[in-house]
Amino acid sequence: MDLRYTPEEVAFRDEMKTFFREKIPAEIRNKGAAGHHATKQDMITAQRIMNQHGLAVTNWPVEWGGKDWTPMQRYIYTEELMSNHVPAPLPFNVAMVGPVIAFFGTEEQKKHFLPRAANIDDWWCQGFSEPGAGSDLASLKTRAVRDGDHYVINGQKTWTTLAQYADWIFVLARTNPEARKRQEGISFILVDMKTPGITVRPIQLVDGGHEVNEVFFDDVRVPVGHLVGEENRGWDCAKFLLANERSGIARVGLSKANIRRLRDLARTVPSGDATVWDSESFRYKVNEVEIDLKALEITQLRVIANERKRGGLPDPASSILKIKGSEIQQRITELALELAGPFALPYHDMEDEIPDGANDLPDGFDWADTVAPSYFNNRKVTIYGGSNEIQRNIIAKMVLGF
Amino acid sequence: MDFEFSDDQRLLKDSVDKLIGAAYDDLGKRNKAQAEPHGYSEELWTKYAELGLLSLPFSEEEGGFGGGTVETMIVMEAIGRGLALEPFFASIILGANFIRLGASAAMRQDLVPLIADGSQRLAFAHTERQARYDLHDVATQARRTGNGFILEGDKSVVVHGDSATKLVVSARTGGNRRDRHGITLFLVDTESTPGLSRRAFPTQDGQRAASVSLGSVELPESAVLGEVDHGADLIDSVSALATAALCAEAVGAMSALHDLTLDYLKTRKQFGVTIGSFQVLQHRAVDMFTALEQARSMEYFAAMMATAENPRERQAAISAAKIQINKSIRFLGQSAIQMHGGIGVTMEYRSGHYFKRLTMLESAFGDTDHHMRLLDKAGGLLEAA
Repeated sequence: MDLRYTPEEVAFRDEMKTFFREKIPAEIRNKGAAGHHATKQDMITAQRIMNQHGLAVTNWPVEWGGKDWTPMQRYIYTEELMSNHVPAPLPFNVAMVGPVIAFFGTEEQKKHFLPRAANIDDWWCQGFSEPGAGSDLASLKTRAVRDGDHYVINGQKTWTTLAQYADWIFVLARTNPEARKRQEGISFILVDMKTPGITVRPIQLVDGGHEVNEVFFDDVRVPVGHLVGEENRGWDCAKFLLANERSGIARVGLSKANIRRLRDLARTVPSGDATVWDSESFRYKVNEVEIDLKALEITQLRVIANERKRGGLPDPASSILKIKGSEIQQRITELALELAGPFALPYHDMEDEIPDGANDLPDGFDWADTVAPSYFNNRKVTIYGGSNEIQRNIIAKMVLGF
Repeated sequence: MDFEFSDDQRLLKDSVDKLIGAAYDDLGKRNKAQAEPHGYSEELWTKYAELGLLSLPFSEEEGGFGGGTVETMIVMEAIGRGLALEPFFASIILGANFIRLGASAAMRQDLVPLIADGSQRLAFAHTERQARYDLHDVATQARRTGNGFILEGDKSVVVHGDSATKLVVSARTGGNRRDRHGITLFLVDTESTPGLSRRAFPTQDGQRAASVSLGSVELPESAVLGEVDHGADLIDSVSALATAALCAEAVGAMSALHDLTLDYLKTRKQFGVTIGSFQVLQHRAVDMFTALEQARSMEYFAAMMATAENPRERQAAISAAKIQINKSIRFLGQSAIQMHGGIGVTMEYRSGHYFKRLTMLESAFGDTDHHMRLLDKAGGLLEAA
């Protein structure tokens, strides 16, 4: 047992750090560091640079541009990406639909869609959740009915993240309502967002931002060639996708970077004759999160080591990573809110593009206007990706044997 | 990075688990051991020696086992799971490490074989009434004489101090009561030292301890461990190892208590079903599991950092580990008792004994508040980006 990085791992970490810091424009990274959302163009720019250097779709099979990395290298890559505030490669393309097409798709689908997804020539979004199918995804009602060479899709998806930017959507739709088990009558279908009959309606979140949408399907005709895998076996794709989604779910690197920022900012906020950082009780709260995060980091490394032993199968204990990781992210946003104090109050429309410094408030802090929205917005992290209660159900069943 | 045990470590783990597992598989055996004159099983102590455990920290050149912090962790986890009563922590983790790091060649030659065979048992007589957890708060005085020292003072809650044949005693040879500089460690024989008196008492967690009084205790120069006035260096090194070891004991005890709770939830029936079928109890069991795994991660971290060169990093890591372990103990321990219901608060059932030991481990070598102050002083845990 040796918990230190090997010299090879150190070298790899340095290589990744250098790449992200030198190749990804500082302007994009600084925005992330200041708590602002990356714009669509930032995300595309960053991913295209990574793609040029073969670092956008590292999790894909090697023949489609992936890397034959060890789990440890994958971990280091993700950590460095996050801790340098680089926008992650678009998860819908890279973590979700890409691996599904690479594993279940036809040669033709792979050749057409994978290079475009890697370069965000197509922006994908995820058509899974429905108004009546959240945690209980298998109860979804959207229908796809075969009509000659087409499926005709009717129904509604919701919580569709960044659908307003999307060129394509991957949809779970019911193709056999008579199936013995609910999971057995579902198919995984790729749909061009320009197809007639699709309507996207924005949902504004409590922070004022436009991140998610409802997507309506009204007699949307899709060529049968856009079915991935077998008809009625879409649940296999969904499970495969959700298992892939776990990687990086703990977001340790991001939380580390956010704690560092919190510490730095706390030294600049006056309180009495000193600063907030001079308050023992504030420092103790930050220390407590750091401990939690260190424990999580090691737990994550243990899960990675364990998955290697399990032959790449996801360790159900990785649900811990989701639970603790999301709690820590939320806790940091709470502390930032406490730090900003009254200066968290001013609101501006997040959809406005505001040049640096133009939003400075009299007697305020140029960072303080994002902390309340970030606190509000981050309530989502214990809800999405399988709510933390669902994660507890998974551990109860798969690990504790209830 | 590698979380696997080596073959030798696996072998050690198998044999220690087997030995302690069999010796303490029911509470009757533990009660019997507790009733022995020293409050633990003499027979088992001999078996610890036969396995080589009592020479764990000594190097192989010196005839020892040559174990490091990972080997320590393996043994301490087994002790935690078994609720073992033997003074392994007092005599080996504390005592033997003080000898290893501080004793003169002559002293080691005499003592190492006798510690290894179990005949010499050590304890650390350090804590004082006013000191609480401050390891450098020492009021006991060691006055120089022509050929040695005269010690005067009182030591509190010396764990296994009642049965120890030798005590590692801290006393002040210089400086003020709370100065880091000026502390000296002495090795004091408990049987042949005039002026040394001990008052033995049982502890809440089924072990033994003693108050130690030093009334004009005369010691020769050769009784000094390490350097005069520099005892704090030794104390800091050994306390880091000790705290990491206690983290391991706590993880062992917590994992056993969690297993016990899961068994209970899966067998106890109410309302016609096993109570483990209730989601509210399942989720609490999951939160206990999370607390345990987070504690285990920090147990590893402590084992890795207990011998770190940089004292600031070492302190930050050890304090962070102890805080996490303490938090996990509180939550997991209380939850385990709650989910057992009435049986959990009886003397006849194992869970209560784990709860008591774990509760005492929380304060051993510093409680949460103490370690939070130390971590804060060390500047937190995050390394520079």
